[in-house]
Amino acid sequence: MTYSHVTSTAAPTSSSTHDSQAPKLIDARGPRFGAAVTSLILASALLTHSTPLVVISLAFFLIGSFFGPQFTPQGLIFNKVVKPLLKGEVVKEDIRPPRFAQQVGLLFTTVAVVAGLASWSGLFLVAVSACLAAATLNALFNFCLGCEIYLLIARLR
Amino acid sequence: MLLLGFVLTATIAFGLWHKRSRGQVRSTRSVESALQTPAVTAEEIGASLGSRVTLLQFSTAFCSPCRATKALLADVVSGLPDVVHIDIDAESHLDLVRRLHINSTPTTLILDRNGIEVGRASGAPKRDQVIAALAAIS
Repeated sequence: MTYSHVTSTAAPTSSSTHDSQAPKLIDARGPRFGAAVTSLILASALLTHSTPLVVISLAFFLIGSFFGPQFTPQGLIFNKVVKPLLKGEVVKEDIRPPRFAQQVGLLFTTVAVVAGLASWSGLFLVAVSACLAAATLNALFNFCLGCEIYLLIARLR
Repeated sequence: MLLLGFVLTATIAFGLWHKRSRGQVRSTRSVESALQTPAVTAEEIGASLGSRVTLLQFSTAFCSPCRATKALLADVVSGLPDVVHIDIDAESHLDLVRRLHINSTPTTLILDRNGIEVGRASGAPKRDQVIAALAAIS
């Protein structure tokens, strides 16, 4: 990951005590498209009680967690196929918030896969449902998971 | 099928409520405010407060709307010499985060000339609400 340094452009009336590094930016619509695909996969997994479908979702989250959501299959499809079809203003976002969401997804799908393999049906359904809820919130409402839970986790330290 | 329907219905209901409630500027009715206790000191945040109003924004690196909020608030206060916008990294001020009950980002506190919290917005605030809140503080 390369971050280039920039000088602070804060106005005299505004001061910033953090974030002097320019973060890597991607098209903000990409992770939302990816979340819509994830929602479909997880909804199917919930309907059919399918551990293999959750494994597919887990694999996608694994790529997104380490390399960023733009490198998941959904991210690649977005860039190659969906993005050229879209009109309107491109809003860029920092890669870190959607990557955090991918890591949370990885955690939930890992729990679900372990539960599926161990035939713990209740835990499987709870983990898949929670992950589906988060992905659907992201796809439909542009929900920012990092905004809501990162600080709560940080506060525990 | 029943479970999927329940999860999706609950998710959409929560999403609609959440979208409506985020960013609303609300007036603060905390014990600290009632006792006229300043929320923060200039020392704690490493910046001096505004002579009339301070917009104290808490952000983290894992928050997309924090960037937009920072740009919006910086724009709103430009040209208002008695109003200051300060954006601080919540993660490196966890003592403040706990004391001020900051649960999500961005959270923006509206402080009066004495540093007393008079309002706050959780989520990206709306421009007209911020302008109205600023106008209401003498």
